[in-house]
Amino acid sequence: MAKERGAEPSDIVLSVKGVRKKISRKWIIDDVTFDVKEGEIFGFLGPNGAGKTTTIRMLVDLIRPTEGTITVCGYNVNRNPEKALQYVGSIVENPEVYTYLTGWENLQHFARMQPGVDEQRIAEVVDIVRLDQRIHDKVSTYSLGMRQRLGIAQALLGRPRLLILDEPTNGLDPKGIKELREFIRKLAEGGLAVFVSSHLLSEIQLLCDRVAIISKGRVLAVGGVDELVARNSPYVLWDLAPVPAARSILEEHAGIRLLGLDEVTLDDSVIAGMGGGSVITAMDEALIPETVAAMVAAGVAVNAVHKINPTLEQLFLKLTEGESID
Amino acid sequence: MTNLLPLIRNECTKIIKKKRFYVILLILLVLVPMFTYAQMRIAERSRDKFNSDWRLEIQQRITDNQNSLSSDRIPEEWKSYRRIFIQQLQYYLDHDVNPNEPSGVTFTREFLDNSVSLFIPLLIMAVASDLVSGERTTGTIKMLLTRPVRRWKVLFSKMAALLMFVSLIVLSVFVISYLISGLAFGYKGFNIPVFTGFQLSGDTVDMSGVHSVPQWKYLLMQGGLIWFVSVVVALLAFMVSVLVRSTAASIVVMMAALIAGTILTNMAAAWSTAKYLFMVNLGLTGYLAGTPAPIEGMTLPFSLAVLSVWGLAAIIISFAVFTKRDILN
Repeated sequence: MAKERGAEPSDIVLSVKGVRKKISRKWIIDDVTFDVKEGEIFGFLGPNGAGKTTTIRMLVDLIRPTEGTITVCGYNVNRNPEKALQYVGSIVENPEVYTYLTGWENLQHFARMQPGVDEQRIAEVVDIVRLDQRIHDKVSTYSLGMRQRLGIAQALLGRPRLLILDEPTNGLDPKGIKELREFIRKLAEGGLAVFVSSHLLSEIQLLCDRVAIISKGRVLAVGGVDELVARNSPYVLWDLAPVPAARSILEEHAGIRLLGLDEVTLDDSVIAGMGGGSVITAMDEALIPETVAAMVAAGVAVNAVHKINPTLEQLFLKLTEGESID
Repeated sequence: MTNLLPLIRNECTKIIKKKRFYVILLILLVLVPMFTYAQMRIAERSRDKFNSDWRLEIQQRITDNQNSLSSDRIPEEWKSYRRIFIQQLQYYLDHDVNPNEPSGVTFTREFLDNSVSLFIPLLIMAVASDLVSGERTTGTIKMLLTRPVRRWKVLFSKMAALLMFVSLIVLSVFVISYLISGLAFGYKGFNIPVFTGFQLSGDTVDMSGVHSVPQWKYLLMQGGLIWFVSVVVALLAFMVSVLVRSTAASIVVMMAALIAGTILTNMAAAWSTAKYLFMVNLGLTGYLAGTPAPIEGMTLPFSLAVLSVWGLAAIIISFAVFTKRDILN
C-alpha cells in the first residue's frame, strides 16, 4: 500500500488519467483526464448525457472504468476503495438519505461506516450546515434544501480532502444557491478540494477556479476559468441610426468585424433587448472611443454602446457546437 | 478497515425503523386468532358428534377414508395418500394416543406444519425482498457504497441482519401461535406423545422405525427444520433483491416461485425432475409427520441437500453480482 503513495505531487488530491468506460459495446466515456488540486474549486461542465454523472460515479467507485486510473490522495479508487474513499465526501445526484430515520440517525449511520467519526464530529457537521434545529426530526419532514444540507453534512463527516458535489444547485432557490456558493468557497479556503458538476454555466463561472468541459464523453478543455474565457474576444453591441451609414463606417474601420446574429452566442435576454438599430461587432475595446468619434462626425446618432464580456457559456457553445444544454 | 459489527447494527436499525418487523407481528396477531377460532369450531363440532370420544372420531375418519378408496372417481395418487393416512391413524388408535388432542401446543404444531411452505416464507419476504432493492429504489445505495467500506462487507452485514431477523420471525410465529391458541385450548400439552419416523414406500407404511416423542421435543425438531427452510427462502429472496432493481419486482419474483411450488406439489408427481426445484422441497416438517412427499424419491436428507445447494448458490450469486456490478442508477 505504501508504494502506491507519493506517485504525484502532494497537492494533487484527485487525479483522473485516460479514463474510458464501455457500456454495452458503446464508449460512454472516451478519454477523460484531469487533476484537482488542494483548496481549489473545480467545475465539471457538460450538457446532459455528456457523461458527467457517469464520470462522477467512477470517481467514487460506483462504476468501474474499463480503462484508465483514478487516484485520490495517491490511492487507486477502484483497487483500494477502503483507503481512497476515506478522503472523499460525495453527493451523487440527489442527496438521498433514509427518510424513515431522523437526520441525526442518518449521520450516525454513515458515521459507523468510517473510522474516527464520533458523536462530537456529528454535532460539529450539524453545526456547520446549520441544521441543529431540526436534526432530530424525521427526514421525511425535511424540505429539499434541508436534505441538501444533510447530504453535505454527511459528506463532511469523515473530514474529507475532496468533496464531490453533483449538480448541487438543483432544486435550490436563488437565495439557497447564493448561500451554497459562499459555503463552498469557505470550505475551499480551508484547504478542501471541491469538485462540482453543473450545467448552469453562470454558476460555475462565479464559483470555480478551474473547469473541465466535457461533451460526448470527451474532455474538450481543461483550464482556469479566466484563461478559458480569454480565448474568446469580447463583443460590442451598438445601437445606431441610421444603420446603413453606420455599417459602412464600421466596415471601413480596420480591426472591426461585423457579425450576424447567427455568428454570435449571446444570452437570450440580450438578444431580446435588441432593436432595429442594433449592430454586433467583434473588436478591441480600445477602438471604441475613436469609432464613436467617427460616427458622430458622420452624423450618425450613437444611442448605446454596450460591451459584452466573453462568458464560459460562449466558449462552451463554441466547443460543443451548439449541442443542447438543458 | 471498518469493523463489521457497526455495519450489522446499521442494518438492524434500518429494518426496525422501517417497521417491517412490526408489520409481521401485526399480521400474526390478526391471523393467528382467526385460525384459532376456526380450530375451536372444528373441535366443538366433533365433540358434539362423538360425545368427546376421540376414539370414535378416529374410527369414523378411518372408515370414511376406506369407503372412498372403492370409488372409481378418485385418482390413484390420492388413494395411495389415503391408504397411508389410514395406516397412520390406525397406528395412533392401536397405541391409544389421540393425534389431535386439543391444546395450545398441538395447535402450534399443526399451524406450523401448514405454514412452513407458504405463510412463513411470505413473512420472511417482507424483510428480505427489499433489503438491497429498497436501497436501489430510494437511491441510498449510492451513499452506502461511496463510504470507505468494501462492498462485500456491506452485503455481509445485510445478510447477517437478515438471518437474525429470520430467526426472530420464526420464534415469533411459535410464541404468538402458542400464546394465542393457549387462550382457547389451554397452555398444557408439552408432554403429549407424538409419533414420528414413518417410513413410506409406495402406499405401505413401514412402522418399524416409528417411535413416540413428547410434543415439546417434536416442536423443537419442527422449529429447526422451519428455521432451515426460512433461512434458505431468505437467502433466495435476498439474491433476487440483489439482482432486481425494484422492490416490487423482487417480491413478485419470489411470490411467483413460492406459489408455483404449492401448485407443483399438487400435480408434479409425474414429473420427477421437479424434485430438484427448491419450492417443492419446503415442506420439511411433512417428513416428521409422515405425510407422503409430493414426488417419488424425496426424503428428508434429499430435501435438505437440495435446499442447501440452492441456498449456497444464492449466497455465491449475491456476492458475485453485488461486488462487481456498476451502479448506474
